[in-house]
Amino acid sequence: MQKIGVFVCHCGTNIAATVDVKAVAEALKGEPGVVFSTDYQYMCSEAGQNLIKNSIKEYGLTGVVVCSCSPRMHEQTFRKAAQSAGINPYMVEIANIREQCSWIHKDIWSATEKAIILGKAAVAKVQLNAPLTAGESPVVKRALVIGGGIAGIQTALDIAEAGFEVDIVEKQPTIGGKMTQIDKTFPTLDCAACILTPKMVDCAQNEKIKIYSYSEVADVKGFVGNFTVKIKKKARYVDEDKCTGCGICTEKCPVKNVPNEFNMGMDNRRAIYIPFAQAVPKVATIDANYCNMLKNGKCGVCSKFCTVGAIDYKQQDTIVEEKYGAIVVATGFNPIKLDDFDEFAYSQSKDVITSLEFERLTNAAGPTSGTLLRPSDGKHPHTIVFVQCVGSRDTSGCGKTYCSKICCMYTAKHAMLTREKYPDTDVYVFYIDVRTPGKNFDEFYRRAVEEYGVHYIKGMVGKVVPRSDGTLMVQASDLLSNEQLHINADLVVLAAAIEPDKSARSLATMLTASMDTNDFFTEAHPKLRPVESPTAGIFLSGVCQGPKDIPETVSQASAAAAKVIGLLAKDKLTCNPCVAQANELMCNGCSSCEKVCPYGAITYSDKEFRMPDRTTAIRRVASVNEAVCQGCGACTVACPSGAMDLKGFSNSQIMAEVDAICK
Amino acid sequence: MQVKETNEFKPKIVAFCCNWCSYAGADLAGTNRLQYPADVKIIRVPCSCRVNPMFILRAFQRGADGVILCGCHPGDCHYTTGNYYTRRRMTLLFSMLDYLGIEKERTRVEWVSAAEGAKFAATMNDFVATVTKLGENKRLEDLRCKAK
Amino acid sequence: MQSEMIKRAKELLASGEVARVVGWKAGEFDYDITPGVFTTAEELDSAFLYNDLCEANLSKYMIAQSRKEGKTLVFLKPCDTYSFSQLLKEHRILRENVYVIGVPCDGKVDVDTVKATGLTGICSMTSDGETVTVKTLYGDSTMSKADAMSERCINCKSKKHVVYDELLGEEGDVVADNHRFDMVEKIEAMTPDERFEFWRNELSRCIRCNACRNVCPACSCEKCVFDNEQSGAFNKGASDSFEENMFHIIRAFHVAGRCTDCGECSRVCPQNIPLHLLNRKFIKDINELYGEYQAGENADERAPLNTFTTEDVEPSIVYERGGKQ
Repeated sequence: MQKIGVFVCHCGTNIAATVDVKAVAEALKGEPGVVFSTDYQYMCSEAGQNLIKNSIKEYGLTGVVVCSCSPRMHEQTFRKAAQSAGINPYMVEIANIREQCSWIHKDIWSATEKAIILGKAAVAKVQLNAPLTAGESPVVKRALVIGGGIAGIQTALDIAEAGFEVDIVEKQPTIGGKMTQIDKTFPTLDCAACILTPKMVDCAQNEKIKIYSYSEVADVKGFVGNFTVKIKKKARYVDEDKCTGCGICTEKCPVKNVPNEFNMGMDNRRAIYIPFAQAVPKVATIDANYCNMLKNGKCGVCSKFCTVGAIDYKQQDTIVEEKYGAIVVATGFNPIKLDDFDEFAYSQSKDVITSLEFERLTNAAGPTSGTLLRPSDGKHPHTIVFVQCVGSRDTSGCGKTYCSKICCMYTAKHAMLTREKYPDTDVYVFYIDVRTPGKNFDEFYRRAVEEYGVHYIKGMVGKVVPRSDGTLMVQASDLLSNEQLHINADLVVLAAAIEPDKSARSLATMLTASMDTNDFFTEAHPKLRPVESPTAGIFLSGVCQGPKDIPETVSQASAAAAKVIGLLAKDKLTCNPCVAQANELMCNGCSSCEKVCPYGAITYSDKEFRMPDRTTAIRRVASVNEAVCQGCGACTVACPSGAMDLKGFSNSQIMAEVDAICK
Repeated sequence: MQVKETNEFKPKIVAFCCNWCSYAGADLAGTNRLQYPADVKIIRVPCSCRVNPMFILRAFQRGADGVILCGCHPGDCHYTTGNYYTRRRMTLLFSMLDYLGIEKERTRVEWVSAAEGAKFAATMNDFVATVTKLGENKRLEDLRCKAK
Repeated sequence: MQSEMIKRAKELLASGEVARVVGWKAGEFDYDITPGVFTTAEELDSAFLYNDLCEANLSKYMIAQSRKEGKTLVFLKPCDTYSFSQLLKEHRILRENVYVIGVPCDGKVDVDTVKATGLTGICSMTSDGETVTVKTLYGDSTMSKADAMSERCINCKSKKHVVYDELLGEEGDVVADNHRFDMVEKIEAMTPDERFEFWRNELSRCIRCNACRNVCPACSCEKCVFDNEQSGAFNKGASDSFEENMFHIIRAFHVAGRCTDCGECSRVCPQNIPLHLLNRKFIKDINELYGEYQAGENADERAPLNTFTTEDVEPSIVYERGGKQ
């Protein structure tokens, strides 16, 4: 028989206002096994924890029930307190009388009655609790970063800095991500390439970092500390080790009409290409969709001109298998497709562009060598209209309900830079709200308005109509003056919402990491564990977790790196002790459990048993690898004989709770 | 504490909630102060696939009037596949209970994510209303467990 | 057929290929044929039987027999081979220790079916394959074999052996157009109250003798949950309506996706409860919701409860379909 102590928390008035905590403590005194029961204002406070510790010693408690907030909040706190007082941490159960009782009921009588029942269920469970000891599993001291944008680069550099090996998997031919396409960065206006490319080079030169460019994660198996990842290296038809990046092939290639994704398709590249001058690795890649040699076997020009013989038309996708202790997701974002926003005439006019396209038009390495020219006729635009929140904060169903966060600032940047370089242009910005919370952000925005004379107009653009004279008629409403506006613009720039990269969803499935409805990865705790996924060993860096700007991305990237370093610094990890356990005496060896185990944690072996009639028999029985088992319990129901049970959530424990609740 | 006398039928509802989504969803309902009847008592399980049909029958035996099972949305299971097994098992079990003439509305499966506090509360309100309408569970009762 | 079987069994015993033979022999009553183990030619000659009354499915005995010294010869009817194959799939039978001879079957005569026609005081029954002659205390009577067969044989699902080492007689085929779900459909079409009444009437007769469990090839657990004090389902008797329901629901659930529909449960039930209608409900649901599945037919196919598709129906389908409201 356990000696159970019950501790009922007031949580200030959070619980005590709706639940008669003294009555709960009193009622639970009568439950079997309860030798001590009390209430206290804040059980999670140091004094509250000391109350538990002292009671364990004073009453020789073997089990503890805390009636308090959700176990998701403080189960660990109370387990640690119990452990420090000398009892097994898994002898603690929480009755959730705050989130699932006091906060949802107004009637003190029914809330108290329910709190007592929840307490009784916890007591009934603790009666059947057994001390559990966590196993240990070794940690592979190597990390994988998925995505080689600024988030992935920063994370990798920080992990490498701490002395651990780290691999970057990037699906594009070069690392660098979206930041490579950006001209200048707000609010300091320093050039993106100047601050990013040195970091890319650092990655390439760091001995601890290995870059898998033009590669994708194909499969992930294993668990925290011990992931096995299959990386698919897509065929780029160029031997990475031989290619010097001289670029002669890209000049000689006869296929000249491939839309250049680096410049948002506003100019063309060749079928063999290096995305941009500072690409890392600086290696050519053949685009199999356009290459004549790969399509119909007729050409081979690049191979003729390559002085080092790096071209290999027969190259195949290869799969590399590597082991990692931790995985960082840094898959980033893309601007949304604007097909559903045809009122802005994006598909009808070349002079309606996205902000990222605008970024390329002002970049010295862009299609216009940095001179702002209209894509349609190459003329200098005199009136430019910026439209914010295109697809962001959109409840109509066409766009995203969230705020993309970066658009207010980059639009202010674009407007300001345009006015600075071309003072003869009129610049209008249509906004719903201007959001500038960030260091020096509001000052930056105010400069755009006050110093540079950008016309900020609160209101949405209703329609953009291309006119026969080549201009664009922008119909909008000014909400502050309550006027309808018609602006004759030369260029319209749409601040398209950003969304997680499409690859994220399938990756999440491979990683068993959870996502929200917008396909952003979910963090383990929105406030307290923002860079970890709820799946152990998976960390989040950058926009894959939610919209953020560069400084935020970099800080989160470093934070994720710190978490990874903390994990890799350990030699062994303690496993979750609430794992499945097979009772060999009852096991039939039927393999049902093995079939439903998502982790492959169950294996079979033939064992010799003494039978009741004193003979021995060899039987096939299941056993569970405790380091691999994650404790879902699928096997326990698949097992008809009930030989498979789950420690910490055993059949008898759950049924004891059922009984206590239904009594 | 005074026991309030009432003749109104108050159903006993057992809700099995998976730790990762639905239990967190229930917590969120609490954090947002979304009301639902105190008749619902939650049992935390690691995954909806931990719920054995025996637990459900046991609850009815011991006097439950309704049993609801909540888990992550299919595709979002913390353990990747657990709720897919739950879905098959419970579909077949509920169909069998229906076949035996036991009111099928007393059992339910709902997928509630950690973000769906409102859905959790709405689901519980609806389920309690449904079971209240059905009245006391008579067809799967164990009279010996009903001794008052 | 019987003499052919005895001849083969004797040969295999004599050559040392097998150490024992599992077949059928007469039980307490003449019509009550029971499984038997034979180790000598003499035993085979004197007791071995194979006729239209040999109903028992011998596959489950192979769990224990295959663990004995030497090989065991077993005669299996087509439908028995499904159970045998399912047990192989679950690693319950050591295949290398069993020699399977498949024997043909064109339906077995069932004493309960004969009794149901109103005959009492039955002393013996014989069948010549066409006509069944029943000797009773009150005189002899005859009936066609079809009228004396149990429902499971009338709705035979297969005359094809799915596993064997050797076949005697002609091999048959899967019977595609059987009507085995007719009764399930009839129950489904009832109102919930009628269904409840129907099953209460049936299950309330249960005396928890465990005959269904003991004969069932899928119920082969080392220790049944109902015998395990720790399982939470422990009970030895069906002392009230709940326990009657509980035992049969859980038993049917535990064999769902594994039950080959051999019908032994209903055959052995001393209270004549149509237990196979519970199993068939699961089989029918599985077929309708997850695709046709015959347990025991294919060793590589995943059992329907041990697999899933992401497009599976939601449990709420139960509210939407089914019989009258």
